[in-house]
Amino acid sequence: METAEEITKEAAVIETVSEEKVKYTVETEGLTVSFKGREAINDINIKIRANTVTSIIGPSGCGKSTFLRSLNFMHDLTPGAKVKGTIKIHNKNIDEYDMTEVRRRVGMVFQKPNPFPTMNIYDNVVAGIIMNKGKKRNELNEIVEQSLELAGLWEEVKDRLKVSAMALSGGQQQRLCIARTLAVNPEIILFDEPTSALDPISTSKIEETLFHLKNKYTIVIVTHNMQQAARVSDYTAYFFLGKLIEYARTRTIFTSPREKLTEDYVTGRFG
Amino acid sequence: MEDYYLKVSKGHTDRRKLKSRLMIILCYVAAAMAILPLLYIFFYTTMQGASSLNIDFFTELPKPVGESGGGMANAILGTLILVALGSVIGIPVGIFAGIYITEYSKSIFANVIKFVTDVLSGIPSIIIGIFAYGLIVIPMKSFSAYAGGFALGVLMIPTITRITEEMLKLVPHSLREAALALGIPRWKTTLRIVLRTAQSGIITGVLLAIARAAGETAPLLFTSFGNSFWSTSLDSPMASIPVQIFNYAISPYDEWHSKAWAGAFVLISLVFVVSLIVRLATRNKFSQTA
Repeated sequence: METAEEITKEAAVIETVSEEKVKYTVETEGLTVSFKGREAINDINIKIRANTVTSIIGPSGCGKSTFLRSLNFMHDLTPGAKVKGTIKIHNKNIDEYDMTEVRRRVGMVFQKPNPFPTMNIYDNVVAGIIMNKGKKRNELNEIVEQSLELAGLWEEVKDRLKVSAMALSGGQQQRLCIARTLAVNPEIILFDEPTSALDPISTSKIEETLFHLKNKYTIVIVTHNMQQAARVSDYTAYFFLGKLIEYARTRTIFTSPREKLTEDYVTGRFG
Repeated sequence: MEDYYLKVSKGHTDRRKLKSRLMIILCYVAAAMAILPLLYIFFYTTMQGASSLNIDFFTELPKPVGESGGGMANAILGTLILVALGSVIGIPVGIFAGIYITEYSKSIFANVIKFVTDVLSGIPSIIIGIFAYGLIVIPMKSFSAYAGGFALGVLMIPTITRITEEMLKLVPHSLREAALALGIPRWKTTLRIVLRTAQSGIITGVLLAIARAAGETAPLLFTSFGNSFWSTSLDSPMASIPVQIFNYAISPYDEWHSKAWAGAFVLISLVFVVSLIVRLATRNKFSQTA
């Protein structure tokens, strides 16, 4: 209950800021992604506000993940994928950055926990830093503690940092993946259905984490779970058949959506 | 009504159980057929070879016909040198070709390599020997360890390439994405995340290739040729266990026949021990293949 109230308060605060002063972290214009000629998302125009949680909802196959993955060049690996339109991060076109730099600044947490199986917990957290640029040992220790603390895992693993990451439970592995992403100090973190493979307790822990992360990071989360979207996000975007149908404050989307399609979906009439 | 269904389902399950048991028996038979020849070879070679094995075998040079004693020391050293030479060529080329095929396979070129590798693995080893003969022995005007090592290296490439490819394919795509999403460059992702995850499988494959190369006779016959004396210079003919076994085995002398058995026993033991060491060394570290 408390969280819901806080979200409302937060949203109210953002509302009072006039539109010109709002800081946008990510903006897309006419973003279209196609796989082997088939369009997965079409003409997406969205502006994501800094230091907010924006959730992306919609039925399976609507292009939620496709949209998310285009924000950090993840389609680059997929053969036959084509990305058109512009994506801006901090008012700068994404193509002007180096690809690895974009990925460093736009972190991603995936649906299934995917820690590096050959590494222990400590090495998993520092993997991104070490392989980007070398850091001093004592600095690393500090980063590991901070990242794990922020991901809500520190208390559970602080005595066994040298244990294989595979020894952790699924929920712990996912929080380890969050810590690993935080360690490279991104500005934006993309979550692609981060809790859909987890039990309710792990889910609530991760949602709690999301809430704390908002102060420092801009968060975009794709979720299948509408309650989750309502619980954690300030803004919600509804995708349907590759189109952005509606994008507004979460409260608006769930209580008085503008579009009929959105209403049908959030009230559970289909999807 | 219930009884009727019960009866039908009982007969049905009985038949299924029978089928299941039959299949399991067939599996056991097949497994036994695969293992028995191996065990038979191992024990027969041990029986025949171990009796004529002594310290001299490992320290002495071969003696001429008629003289008793002597050993195969130069051939043992020669095999180690030739296999090392082959590994220097075969392992990096094989592994990098495997990486190219799996990690950068957008191009047609990768498919071409894949096809060529398949063809190469089907080429008889004697042809590879002839290839090395034409490419190295003729221009150098001499049999040499270089030519032998090169032939073994070429022989190792397809095995290592295919194993590397298969092992890298087993590494989940999500792991590559995880690494890239951290801003880790592509090449570092491949070398330090993907390759490391597939490490134990690749090592096993490399070992298989080395073991196979160590036992090859045909590609060495007219490349490294053979030598009855100590030779460590790479540009001259070099003795090797398989060729020595071959020469002894086709000779008419009993003394040499038993030497050939001893050589075979040493060769098998060498392969066995190397496999065992690597197995033990990589056993626990990478048991979890996600």
